[in-house]
Amino acid sequence: MKKLFLKTLAVAALFAATAVSAQTVLRIGMTAADIPATTSQPDSGFEGNRFTGLTLFDALTSWDLSSADKPSTVIPGLAESWAVDAKDKTKWLFKLRKGAKFHDGTDFNADAAVFNFEKVLAKDKPHYDARLVAQTLPRMPTLTGARKVDDYTIEVSTSEPDAFLPINLTNLFMASPAAWAKAKSWAEFAKAPVGSGPWKFVRLVPRERLELEKYAEYWNRPRVPRTDRMVLLPMPEANTRVAALLSGQVDWIEAPPADAIAQLRSKGFQITNNPYPHTWPWQLNVSPGSPLADKKVRQALQLAVDRDGLRQLLGSNAIPAKGVVFEGHPWFGSPKLDVKYDKAAAQKLLAEAGYGPGKPLKIKVQISASGSGQMQPIGMNEYIQQQLKDVNVDVEFDVLVWETLFNNWRLGAKDPAARGASAINVSFAWQDPFFGFARFYDSRMVAPRSVNWGYIQNPELDKLVADARGSFDVKARDAALAKLHERVVEDSYFLFWVHDTGPRALSPKVKGFVQAKNWFQDFSPVTVQ
Amino acid sequence: MIFYLLKRLLLVVPIALSVTVVCFSLVYLAPGDPLSAILPSDASAELIEKLKKDYGLDKPVPVQYAIWLGRALIGDLGTSIATGRPVTSEIGRAISNTLVLAFFGSLIGFALGVSFGTLAGYRQGSWIDKGVTAIAVAGVSVPHYWLGMVLVIIFSVILGALPAMGAGPSGGWAWDFEHMKYVLLPAITISVIPTAIVTRTVRALVADILGREFVTALRAKGLTDRGVFAHVVKNAAPTSLAVMGVQLGYLMGGSILVETVFSWPGTGFLLNTAIFQRDIPLLQGTILVLALFFVGLNLVVDLVQTALDPRIRRA
Repeated sequence: MKKLFLKTLAVAALFAATAVSAQTVLRIGMTAADIPATTSQPDSGFEGNRFTGLTLFDALTSWDLSSADKPSTVIPGLAESWAVDAKDKTKWLFKLRKGAKFHDGTDFNADAAVFNFEKVLAKDKPHYDARLVAQTLPRMPTLTGARKVDDYTIEVSTSEPDAFLPINLTNLFMASPAAWAKAKSWAEFAKAPVGSGPWKFVRLVPRERLELEKYAEYWNRPRVPRTDRMVLLPMPEANTRVAALLSGQVDWIEAPPADAIAQLRSKGFQITNNPYPHTWPWQLNVSPGSPLADKKVRQALQLAVDRDGLRQLLGSNAIPAKGVVFEGHPWFGSPKLDVKYDKAAAQKLLAEAGYGPGKPLKIKVQISASGSGQMQPIGMNEYIQQQLKDVNVDVEFDVLVWETLFNNWRLGAKDPAARGASAINVSFAWQDPFFGFARFYDSRMVAPRSVNWGYIQNPELDKLVADARGSFDVKARDAALAKLHERVVEDSYFLFWVHDTGPRALSPKVKGFVQAKNWFQDFSPVTVQ
Repeated sequence: MIFYLLKRLLLVVPIALSVTVVCFSLVYLAPGDPLSAILPSDASAELIEKLKKDYGLDKPVPVQYAIWLGRALIGDLGTSIATGRPVTSEIGRAISNTLVLAFFGSLIGFALGVSFGTLAGYRQGSWIDKGVTAIAVAGVSVPHYWLGMVLVIIFSVILGALPAMGAGPSGGWAWDFEHMKYVLLPAITISVIPTAIVTRTVRALVADILGREFVTALRAKGLTDRGVFAHVVKNAAPTSLAVMGVQLGYLMGGSILVETVFSWPGTGFLLNTAIFQRDIPLLQGTILVLALFFVGLNLVVDLVQTALDPRIRRA
């Protein structure tokens, strides 16, 4: 009997060992220097949301990341549906999903949803936290409150009618109130975070690794991960990421450097890329007295640069920009100005504005030497400088530390920190209409309130922004945004240079990844063979 | 000896205070907003002001310094703005990783440095001496991070023998063979400068001591080479130890470049992150702890030197 028991135990142990060894693991080298915050509101920009937001947590609304061809749209997440109040458009009703559970087994319901709004809005609540506020509210500037209507319905309020709210709410992640009650602070919660996302927390070693495992009971069955575990490793140095991939220490790296891509390809690694809502522009000072207050000059500069050269400079990891958004996007519309390289047209427009070989246009641009999303700012700006020289435009650069440039962006072109600059080079995300449009073109957003750096104060644009914000039907909202986009391209308040394509390098063992046209990506369909 | 010890300990106080003033003010000289560690680009001016108040950054800098120093004296270095974790725990973890790296780096550096230096000192003018001098010059001249990358290409990418990054297979350090593989490349990279400096120092000392009259006298008395060697070591030890102490201090401070190249989660990597994130409490805390560490290490080296060489005590 004893022998039989031992034999059974041995067989069971063997099975267990086999099961452990058969576990599939996806190891990813991130560009961040630390694991993004696991407090439920990640830091480290959108890379944070990508790795510790959408993996561990869900939001009420979500991005459709299933297609590499279509632009991503907002789809139901933990909310099954939502609608604005027909009488009072500052109130929204969100119908919540039944049956969704947090990783600790507790139910997601209206109380849990309201708890998560309170963490960034209700100063009198113990779970309110300034750090979470900083990570969240800039992305949903009109949000003012939420209250429970019944167990699976909540009412969300905004300071003004705002059709962008469902998009903004993709950034408010739902954490388990029960887990927070045990932790008693977000700092403690972050040590063992509990959400309802497709991946469960296993282990966190600060600055070294975050280990996640698949949440087999995830409510969204098609999105249950196909890999057992995922390990996220911070690797800020691009060459380190490449070496780690080449030596087999990781299966996937974010943002391989352009000069390593050919080598990686030749060794059989997969390079994926796809344009995503990122624009690398010059934002222009159009305030009175600026040489760029004249629309003809702005349009001339828009036509004076061959963007294909920029694309080549970046190893084809960019596409030429024709506006804030790329062609084919529902917000692109049909701008009358075709943004392309047309040197003759540029020279003609400049001549009409009074500039030419005898009287070159002189402008100063504030740029950075590096920075998040800034691609290769020095080389790219020097390329543009050379091209503009051909049409008698002398560009002087004021090269700043990235953080300083960022501060100056908030201070505006009239601030002494701008040192008389006519343009500033700060790349931005536009997957949300507030990010892509409202903060730049709404006259109420003039610096230092927000980043309308160049003092665009145009009542027509204000109206177009208000129209888009007030269009609660998705098609009507997209049409309003397209109209706004047409106008901003024609008026050329920005010089649109390129969109990044977000290259990634994957081991040949990695299968099933679909790189969506989005800052975020879905790791659920990925397998490691 | 006790009087000397007390005098040296008392001297540490003004040095440590100056260190706190310098490291507190240094970070305010750098451009950028301290809250940029947590604020997205789109944060409004109102929100920035509100958070400045929440974090006490709206107070005058001298007041902020006084509050910070008061807390630091009881071991509370505040909370990292970027991560929300206590600075002391962040530094503790990083220092333990850097200590591992410094231990192996100095082990390699001092062993090679003393061996090469002694060999070259004994064989002055020979091809061995010239070879060692060439190695020493190359050691102080070669850029750390470049050597690190070359070693990674050879041993990780081409040979696949050693890991390219990280401090261990599952995060954190342990004293086993699996972890040793992770420390080898960064330790060799970081040991190059101490190897060169110790080599040059020991070579010069040995050459100098061998030329002294007392060595001739020892030989005339019939002392064996081994006996003479013992005297040379004893005479060279105080200066060599001082140099090694300083080098150990540098290694324990971590190397921003080497730790970043190898993603080694030590103090250099921590400083790199803190600088780029403008995480002021973390930056101040790390610089303070490292500076005090350096001061403490110098004190220990001074005391050991004094114990070894009574002439210093008398002076």
